[in-house]
Amino acid sequence: MLKIIQSSQAGTVESNDILIILNPAEADSGIKIDLTSPVLQKYGRQIKNVIQEVLNGQGIVDAEVSANDRGALDCTVRARMMTAIDRALLKEEAKG
Amino acid sequence: MKLRRTMMFVPGNNPGMLINAGIYGADTIIFDLEDSVAISEKDAARHLVYNAMKAIKYPCEVAVRINHISTPFGYKDLEVILAVKPDLIRLPKSETAADIQEIDAIITAAEIKHGFVPGSIKMMAAIETAKGIRNAFEIATASPRMVAIAIGGEDFLADLQTSRTKDGKEFHSARGQLILAAREAGIHAIDTVFGDVNNEEDFIAETTRIKEMGFDGKSVVNPRQINITHQIFMPTTKEIDHAERVIAAYKESLARKSGVVSLNGKMIDVPVVKRAERTLAYANAAGKNNGRVKL
Repeated sequence: MLKIIQSSQAGTVESNDILIILNPAEADSGIKIDLTSPVLQKYGRQIKNVIQEVLNGQGIVDAEVSANDRGALDCTVRARMMTAIDRALLKEEAKG
Repeated sequence: MKLRRTMMFVPGNNPGMLINAGIYGADTIIFDLEDSVAISEKDAARHLVYNAMKAIKYPCEVAVRINHISTPFGYKDLEVILAVKPDLIRLPKSETAADIQEIDAIITAAEIKHGFVPGSIKMMAAIETAKGIRNAFEIATASPRMVAIAIGGEDFLADLQTSRTKDGKEFHSARGQLILAAREAGIHAIDTVFGDVNNEEDFIAETTRIKEMGFDGKSVVNPRQINITHQIFMPTTKEIDHAERVIAAYKESLARKSGVVSLNGKMIDVPVVKRAERTLAYANAAGKNNGRVKL
């Protein structure tokens, strides 16, 4: 189980993208997802499922996610989540 | 015959462009993790390209331009991208055979780790310095994975301490040496990008020139440049017709066991037959691609 120790951000609000803001949460508080999307009604559940799945896949069980979707496909949501998680876990690489 | 008339760069951190990259008809798309990606977004582009390649079945050859292994990003790029099995890894700023061999070894290890067919991931190298041009043949033959070498134009001009001219004289020497090295090595030679996408006239002139020099294709930066390039590289009806008659005359002479072949009074020797075969193979491959030429 991994604990998020700092807030992080990944993605943009450009078309086809999604902006993810990942924040630490209290232990045992679970995963809270606040999603904004033009396709909230049709695909909101699907986007949230992908976010949840990526977090769980990385062993993260407590987090607050704020997601501003601009029509991202699942593969984009997954990629932006991976980047946000890496950054939150301080896996950020050395700058060139 | 594998065609690489157009190799289109696609910025690696742009989801919209990554998703649509396959629809424009380029022979190869190159997902870029290098110059088109900001230093602060290298991690994001890597994840995005990996996930796009995993989710989308592209209808063409897929290459990934990694950051050079002398930067903090190159090894990580390879680790992530090789797991999703690109057709090609494009290395920027190649200067020596050792650059290629080091990446070859990393690819070999990844193929074993992921259970891919050994040797199935190919490589190409961009040559962007005078030193690289001098070592072009060694680079081209450094690994059996190598399928192409390309000129990386802007960096090369900076290294040469010159700038772009209308007729491209600044590239004369480098293009000449690159094509010789590629031909000796038996791999493709790919020309640099033409960045001014609104200047169609000069793009056509440059692409025609490099085709005549013997290049196999051109790097492009905009979908608008794809069809123009394919048309320039397409053999003309006259060339195809001539090639067919050369092959027919040659086959007939073989059947008659005649030593000398001629067509319309002109002697046909082995190089002429080889050129004709290449023209037909090219037209056939291009025709399959575009549905224009059927042989």
